[in-house]
Amino acid sequence: MIVSNATDKTVKKLLINGQSHDVVIRSADLLLDTLRSQLGLTGAKPGCGNGDCGACAVVVDGKPMHSCLSLTIEAVGKSITTIEGLQDSPIQKAFIENWAIQCGYCTPGFIMNCYALSETYPDADDETIEEWMQSNLCRCTGYQEIKEAVKTILQIKKDQRPAQ
Amino acid sequence: MKYYGTTVGKSEQRVDVVGKATGKVKYVGDYHVPGLLHAKLVTSTEAHAWIKSIDTTKAWEVPGVRAIVLGDAFPYHIGPILADRPPLAFKKVRYYGEPIAIIVADSEHQGKLAASLVEVEYEPLPVVNSVKQAFGPDAPIIHEDLGNYTKIISNVYPVPGTNIGSHIKIRKGDFATAWAACEETISATYSFNLSDHAAMETRSTSVEINPDGKVVVHSCTQSPYTIKKVLNQFFNIEVGDVVVHVPVVGGAFGGKGTVQLEPLAYLASKAVGGKMVKLQYEREEDMITAPCHIGVDMTIKLGATKEGEILAGQYTFLIDAGAYTDQAAGITRAMALDCTGPYHIPHVWCDSYCMYTNHPFATSFRGYGHPELTFGIERTMDKFAKQLKIDPVVLRLKNAIKPGHTSPTQSILTAHNIGDAAKCIERAKELIEWDQNKETLVDENIVRSKGISLFWKTSTTATNAQAGVVLTFEADGTLNLNCAAIELGQGTKTVLAQIVAEKLQMNINDIHVNMEVNTQYDPHQWRTVASSTTFLAGRAALLAAEDAIRQLKKTAAIALQCSEEDLEVGGSRVYIKSNPQHAIPFKDVSYGYKFPNGHAVGGQVVGVGTYIQKHLTPMDKETGFGDVGPWWSVGAQAIEVEWNKRDCTYKMLRAVTVLDGGTILNPRAAEQQMRGGMFLGLSWASTESFVFDESAITQNPNFRNYQMIRFGEQPTEYLVDFVETPAADGPYGARGIGEYGVIGAAAALGNSLSRAADVELDHLPLIPELIWQTKKESGR
Amino acid sequence: MIPFNFDYYKPSTAYEAVATYQMAADAGKEVLYYSGGTEFITFARTNQLKADVVIDLKSIPECTVLEQNGSECVIGSAVSLNELVTFNLFPLLGETVKRIADHTSRNKITIGGNVNSRLIYREGLLPFLLADAKVKIARKEKEEIVPLADLYKQEITLEPGSFVVQFIVDHAYTTLPFSTLKKTRMSQVGYPIVTVSALKKDQDIRFAFSGVCQYPFRSFEMEKILSDGTMPEQDRIEQALSKLPGPILHDSYASAGYREFVFKNTLADTLQMMEGNQ
Repeated sequence: MIVSNATDKTVKKLLINGQSHDVVIRSADLLLDTLRSQLGLTGAKPGCGNGDCGACAVVVDGKPMHSCLSLTIEAVGKSITTIEGLQDSPIQKAFIENWAIQCGYCTPGFIMNCYALSETYPDADDETIEEWMQSNLCRCTGYQEIKEAVKTILQIKKDQRPAQ
Repeated sequence: MKYYGTTVGKSEQRVDVVGKATGKVKYVGDYHVPGLLHAKLVTSTEAHAWIKSIDTTKAWEVPGVRAIVLGDAFPYHIGPILADRPPLAFKKVRYYGEPIAIIVADSEHQGKLAASLVEVEYEPLPVVNSVKQAFGPDAPIIHEDLGNYTKIISNVYPVPGTNIGSHIKIRKGDFATAWAACEETISATYSFNLSDHAAMETRSTSVEINPDGKVVVHSCTQSPYTIKKVLNQFFNIEVGDVVVHVPVVGGAFGGKGTVQLEPLAYLASKAVGGKMVKLQYEREEDMITAPCHIGVDMTIKLGATKEGEILAGQYTFLIDAGAYTDQAAGITRAMALDCTGPYHIPHVWCDSYCMYTNHPFATSFRGYGHPELTFGIERTMDKFAKQLKIDPVVLRLKNAIKPGHTSPTQSILTAHNIGDAAKCIERAKELIEWDQNKETLVDENIVRSKGISLFWKTSTTATNAQAGVVLTFEADGTLNLNCAAIELGQGTKTVLAQIVAEKLQMNINDIHVNMEVNTQYDPHQWRTVASSTTFLAGRAALLAAEDAIRQLKKTAAIALQCSEEDLEVGGSRVYIKSNPQHAIPFKDVSYGYKFPNGHAVGGQVVGVGTYIQKHLTPMDKETGFGDVGPWWSVGAQAIEVEWNKRDCTYKMLRAVTVLDGGTILNPRAAEQQMRGGMFLGLSWASTESFVFDESAITQNPNFRNYQMIRFGEQPTEYLVDFVETPAADGPYGARGIGEYGVIGAAAALGNSLSRAADVELDHLPLIPELIWQTKKESGR
Repeated sequence: MIPFNFDYYKPSTAYEAVATYQMAADAGKEVLYYSGGTEFITFARTNQLKADVVIDLKSIPECTVLEQNGSECVIGSAVSLNELVTFNLFPLLGETVKRIADHTSRNKITIGGNVNSRLIYREGLLPFLLADAKVKIARKEKEEIVPLADLYKQEITLEPGSFVVQFIVDHAYTTLPFSTLKKTRMSQVGYPIVTVSALKKDQDIRFAFSGVCQYPFRSFEMEKILSDGTMPEQDRIEQALSKLPGPILHDSYASAGYREFVFKNTLADTLQMMEGNQ
């Protein structure tokens, strides 16, 4: 039984972007805060603290998660990918080339969600894209360019697959 | 013929996107420094009450608490227009969410726990829960001391003994006589509640006070120099002792233009001996403790001939400023000075009131009163067209404002200071296919319909608003662009780089744009608001480039043994006009020229340019007379909706924006702004509103319950086009465009849905329930 | 940022969980079971909830079961909403929970967390109410399986220290015709103004509702009226409305009047779908 007690902080290992990191946490600490303040992984952004906006999205064991809605201790033993672990990916290029970025604050969350989607459902139809992407709010773009970026990525994924 | 084209007019990739796409760019809340202390606020749980007592005993027992600051630490009022707001409430609270105390603690969770343990005893007062109530005869008075508040700018007229924070008047022509002569008249009332900017990045700041007295502020502000001004004006700190740093900002929409949390962080830092203190709002605080977006109740009366020539207009605006006037006092003025919309109306009577209520206080929102104003104007134009049996587009064209007309404040409009309203609406009409099927029955329940709106706006900057640009060179001949314009998503820094690159005829990639603003070394800039940066900073950038060219030529003339007049710049070289092969690269002259024998001349090139507004005046108190803005941008918007008769739900299909933005410097970036603006306007109009209970407590201060348009709910298509009537004063003929996409969106949506549902929809947000309710009340 | 501290336990058996709860409760501590945790975090963050001890149930294998076991479909309480959709053992359940919160949140929200929510919606309950589900409860001495209907009185009422381990649905119910419709104020993501789930067993249509009254419910009285093919649809709906177990909700998402309007439309849509299935 994993235990983390209230009075003292404990050292735990987190597997982030393929590397193991020691973090010193309270059981009440949220994954978002640990990533940002202990590991300097500030790509995940606080937006609502409530799981409503997706700005803090990271990928945990292949699934998009609101890191504001996860205790850090829940992430022990899982594989976490943040935007920092996704350098030079075609997704980032697609967001740039489709002009899907303005203030940029929602961008890492969108990209992480899009990354998980393209890995899970490269054949995603419009309905699935919409279902997934509705988890993220953007206030600048009006979503059209983001939609185009997501579609570009899925197309690239499809093109990359060997013919069956 | 175009006299530009190297980079201006091209869709250059934004300079900020690689950092943003990789999550590497740092926003102010991303900085963590060991030893940083955290401030947490105790906020009011009442909307209007006397503070009887504040007990901090239990809060002090929380480990890590270093200071608790109460209102008596600074019992004075601040404000950008009328100083009516204590940064921390003392004696009285005037809205739910108002800061009462600041906890400073080692860690955020300790501060938060301590904040929850502060016990405040209130004596509740009757609340003012609407502008109508505030304006009524028996309303509780929210500011007993209204007559004693300091006016920070001249155009603010509070009425002591009432809840009127300011009253702005427009009196143009002879309204009463003209009105009496009108053959057709219409009167209509519109209203909507306060709402929020909801930028994705919540407001955040850190402040430290160094032993030498320097106050160092990091903030996500649109107005770094205003922070300096506020700390100087109200806190008696030498203005030169305040240094403000601003990295890129995660969206603002006007909400980060005013100064609210920095004074709190300053008081917090002061309470712990000047240590660095961070104050980062959680979403709930960002929505109601920090300033929000105005509500309005307005009545519009228009009078015209039978043929639809509008002769007279009367406008009464009750603006819900919430508990403090802040920028709502300026919006009250802005709505008055553009009250007619882009129509030639010779006789105008306008009373614009900035009303206190016990709601969260409001500040500027993208469009500065114009999206709100335009909703009323353009809904009325549609109704009037119906009454006059004229096509709504025809009525608008008939009355559209043109050079030779005057604005409500009697500014003379010329071909140089106003865009082409008629051309905009004609183009919008084409894009939305106005003449085809204004209403179509798709099936027995689904109606497709269209709505259109025309709009204008001038930017009411300070009359001495200004900007500056400094260009320095690297040893390789590339250059650095320094300017205090804030990058908040609008792409302003890219456009400035384009202006410089165009003037210098060089590759834009050889310009390094400094994204961060530091008030200590960047030249002063008024603010990054009011769609003014392309104009003000753009003109400064042009002059800075010209200054650099002059210096480059001077040194190159020595190196190339010719006169400066013989020289031209291009491709990061200075060359002889008559023989372009004969040239010297920038890198050999930008740090001075070194002769083969080692002697050097010229010195480094530093290009400096500044620009200040000219010929603007305040408004006359009784008539509004004055030259209030440098130019008016005009535009037209339209939307097609698919509305379901049976359940009153709807989908947005095509959304059109046509703007006369003067020369469009970067088409893709400009389209981004138009789409994003339209989206913001449609989201506000269709779903956004604060909900207050009978005690004026905000019911939905979070994204769970304050709903915005999500992915997939946006219009299926945005169509954007520009009319490019060059602005004589603008850099390469450009006008400001940042706010414009938002302005006519609510009106166009209101018009299309009113047509679809065959009822007059005069309130926002346009949720299906509102349509259902309106239909029910009108018996349809 | 959660302001307070708590002890965190992650037991690997239901027995261990109950024992831990008991031990902490005996020591006078405020104890909470934790499943997806989304509601705990949002409430804790805003000081609406406090706990000294949190017991995470996600490492208990019984709670993460999702399988067809003979004639029974067994659904662990710690299964995430998205897993229910992906594996789709009980399509009505999958379709219903697919409209809860947003997709990313559904990777974290569990079915046990949803049905035990402090909020009034708990749409995940509707399919279980319709399918006469049983629940496996971990109690102090033992685990036992009881009909959900016996425990559900506006909420699942359990004595302190007990928790729902599994939901068990007779396989036969998972293949019946169904419909589930959620209506919101405006955005698709958001709490329901009305959710209507229906399941057709033999010739009878069963109905369960969320968002209409203060709690989710299934009403036999309303089902009887709504299934009465001898009456015109509009009359059935009107009569059924008079049998609601409480007043129609009136809140910041919808007025009671509008909610009634939406409810009637949604009932009509549901009837059309279910009767069209014949």
